[in-house]
Amino acid sequence: MTAYTEKIREIAQRLLKECKVEMVIGFRAGTMPMMNEPCFIRKPDQADQLVWDSNCGINLANYLTNRKEGKIGIVAKGCDSRNIVNHILENKIQRDQVVVIGVPCLGMIDKRKITRETEGEILAVTETDGKVSVQTAGGETTFDKADVLQSNCRVCTHRNPVIHDEMAGDPVAEQTDVDPYADVKAIEAMSTEDKWNFFDELLSPCIRCYACRNACPLCYCPTCFVDESKPQWVGKSQDPLDIRTFHFLRAYHCAGRCTDCGACERACPVGINMRVLTKKLNKDCLEQYGWEAGLSLDSRPALDIYNPNDPDEFIK
Amino acid sequence: MKVIKIDKAQWTKGLDALREGYRLYGPVKEKEIACFRELADGQTPDSEIKNTRLSPKSLVFPQSEAMMAYSLDKNDDEQGICKEVPKDYSPRAVLGIRPCDAKAMVLVRMNFDNGDYRDPYWLNLYEATTFVGMACDNPCSTCFCTTAGCGPYHEEGLDLLLSDQGDHYLAKVLSDKGQALAQKAGWTTEADGQPMESGKATAEGKITAAVETDRLRALDTLALHGADFWEDISFSCINCGTCTFVCPTCWCFDIQDEVYGKKGVRMRNWDSCMFPIFTVHTTGHNPRDTKLQRLRQRFMHKLKYFVDKYDKGIMCVGCGRCVQQCPVNIDIRKVSHAMNSLDAENFCAVQGK
Repeated sequence: MTAYTEKIREIAQRLLKECKVEMVIGFRAGTMPMMNEPCFIRKPDQADQLVWDSNCGINLANYLTNRKEGKIGIVAKGCDSRNIVNHILENKIQRDQVVVIGVPCLGMIDKRKITRETEGEILAVTETDGKVSVQTAGGETTFDKADVLQSNCRVCTHRNPVIHDEMAGDPVAEQTDVDPYADVKAIEAMSTEDKWNFFDELLSPCIRCYACRNACPLCYCPTCFVDESKPQWVGKSQDPLDIRTFHFLRAYHCAGRCTDCGACERACPVGINMRVLTKKLNKDCLEQYGWEAGLSLDSRPALDIYNPNDPDEFIK
Repeated sequence: MKVIKIDKAQWTKGLDALREGYRLYGPVKEKEIACFRELADGQTPDSEIKNTRLSPKSLVFPQSEAMMAYSLDKNDDEQGICKEVPKDYSPRAVLGIRPCDAKAMVLVRMNFDNGDYRDPYWLNLYEATTFVGMACDNPCSTCFCTTAGCGPYHEEGLDLLLSDQGDHYLAKVLSDKGQALAQKAGWTTEADGQPMESGKATAEGKITAAVETDRLRALDTLALHGADFWEDISFSCINCGTCTFVCPTCWCFDIQDEVYGKKGVRMRNWDSCMFPIFTVHTTGHNPRDTKLQRLRQRFMHKLKYFVDKYDKGIMCVGCGRCVQQCPVNIDIRKVSHAMNSLDAENFCAVQGK
């Protein structure tokens, strides 16, 4: 996957040199193991800042929202490209404003899982040929990348960019033998009481920093409902009811729009898997409307259109 | 200063004795997340934990704290009168706080206890607490305390500083509160403090990360404010509250009234300068309307305004939590470098470079 870096640099440099774009949005190497930093470059000679590896889990579509620059190059893996489609459908950016540098993706690594399974502080992480090597003061541990993928990447069925103007590599095989909704089904099968306990437990570490919301390309409301003060819909304290209200309502706002890119969970400083909420709604959209978000510029999102044969069994 | 030796065999016995007079708090792991919690009977602080995920600032500055309560019931004689909420200010001891987090309390105190204002909520909790520090012999790679006016054996803000010596702790008594706690625990064997001095030198030598701050005070505020690096630094920022919430020195809060039926509570909650609504005026105007302005405010406050106002160094103790936990890897070490090396002589704040 790191071989993409050279190709991305070459494309970015060419686009800037030929004045095809005013800026390119991508990742540069971070200062911490398993962290890269979203960045932009405006000059061809800055192209060597750009990198690509399995630590590019932040969704770059988030940085396109309402951008006024003329043309913007953007590095996009499968899920990012789906969110770019979503942004175009929702008028957050125009198709002719973006030059999509597509990156066929083999999944991002789960920094929390690696940290959990490593003894001592992690000093460096490198990857080669499907292996991830983790260095600590005590030595080196090697993982198969497949075993330390982010949980959304493990069940991803859209690894290749759905729209692109340039490609940083040949398309990769899509995963077909995965059940993306196994976790949701397990929760659906719980008793009401167990569900209460599960969600209480799930959200109890939340500190309301809103990193999940802010890392999400879908959450671009000028004023989020939790920030609204006239009227104030939600309390601001650590009251579990207000915390639940935030997470549940945010998930509903993402219904039919979420691409399960995993940026929310990745950004969370306390490791909450709030994706189970958005995934339930993704599953409903798929089952009821045959809809998956961000796959095509030619169809409107599930909650954006009406069809006479839409399911209506819930109307009593 | 007096140094005492505590055999590890005496440690838990001492803690049990302390429970007679103090509520004990310490670092523990809860759902894989290291945090400070009240220690249950028999529970001991987890000495393996380096820096907890969130700083222990919430022990004296809870994320949500009720200040006053009132009734809105027309039949209630005391309708509309704000009354103080009863609180437990009985003695508490925090065991195993890191020196950086204790120093942070000293910085935060400058905000909550000064000539103009004394915050009773913060001060009551602070004064009820005895801080027992644990020196850091194995700092994290992200720790930069030694360049942030602090250090792995720093004593400011502590009543007692412990150093792990294998089969025993050495404890330096730093205040009367610390002396009283040691007495209560039955830790009275005086010892030679030399191993703590050498431990300090070794630990300081292990700290390799750094912030650059030497030029900050002399640099022109407007030149820094108008510097062209802010666009690059702020680009990735998603304006979440992670850095401010995990920071031991961030002290901003917001006061809210919450009403349930006929009863109301006036409370304060942590606030964050990263949030757009932090500065929204009642007119709807927002003087810090862009993320660049908000991110710049946070770093300028910590590394410039605070430095200028108090002349007590930066408003940061080098714990490295923001570096470790920022979801997009904004790193105060890099920001301090950009600020500290600003070529101010060749920079015009009005016209740019």
